[in-house]
Amino acid sequence: MIPGSYFLVLSFVLFALGVAAFFIKRDLITMFMAVEVMLNSANLAFLTFAKSSSALDGQVIVFFVITVAAAEAAVGLAIVLVVFRQKKSIRCDDLDLMKG
Amino acid sequence: MIVSKDRASSVLFLVLAFAALGGVFGLLDAPFVAAVQVLVYAGAIMVLFIFVIMMVDRRNDREPKKKNLASIFAGILAVGLLIELLLAAREMVPGMGNAGPAGSADTAGLGSLLFEKYLYHLEIASILILAALMGAISLARKGTMPK
Repeated sequence: MIPGSYFLVLSFVLFALGVAAFFIKRDLITMFMAVEVMLNSANLAFLTFAKSSSALDGQVIVFFVITVAAAEAAVGLAIVLVVFRQKKSIRCDDLDLMKG
Repeated sequence: MIVSKDRASSVLFLVLAFAALGGVFGLLDAPFVAAVQVLVYAGAIMVLFIFVIMMVDRRNDREPKKKNLASIFAGILAVGLLIELLLAAREMVPGMGNAGPAGSADTAGLGSLLFEKYLYHLEIASILILAALMGAISLARKGTMPK
């Protein structure tokens, strides 16, 4: 039986890796992937607490998080396509339209 | 995923990571969530990513070399966040062991909870999916964007 703290530590490591990838990589698609990694680490933490408290509500929340992540990925990738059509680039350094 | 230069291979690594995370979810007495994770994440969302990379990727669009300062700051931020999270959870972690076999940790209990207690949340989530679908279609459609 694996203690729940291992899963929690794995979730923290995943979240930190997601933050690092979000700020290190400079193109929009990889930044979206980093966001997905962070959402998944939150899912893992929810499931860990749901198991440690013997409640099923955490699994329901994970279900909704997956739903919202799917919606976010669809809209975000559509935005990436539009940006690529206008700028011919998906590097976020090229998106300086609002820089003062 | 961080160190890979190629976006397509980093997507494939991410598929592997999500499938493995689905296995971890299965270890946590959540078989239905594990199945949903593998189907939705490692299947659908990653296929969406691969399609967008296929439409967008160009060979001359590589990572430049001059990003050391931002990478160092990002590494410091990530390590600091990890240490902070571990410190925040340290008091709580020894208390949470395995709380024994959960009583109704099966798919039927999850379904009844989802369709009875959280019915409105489910409906709102479905409306969100519908709105996101229509928004994605209207965004990615050709010919509607101003020049």
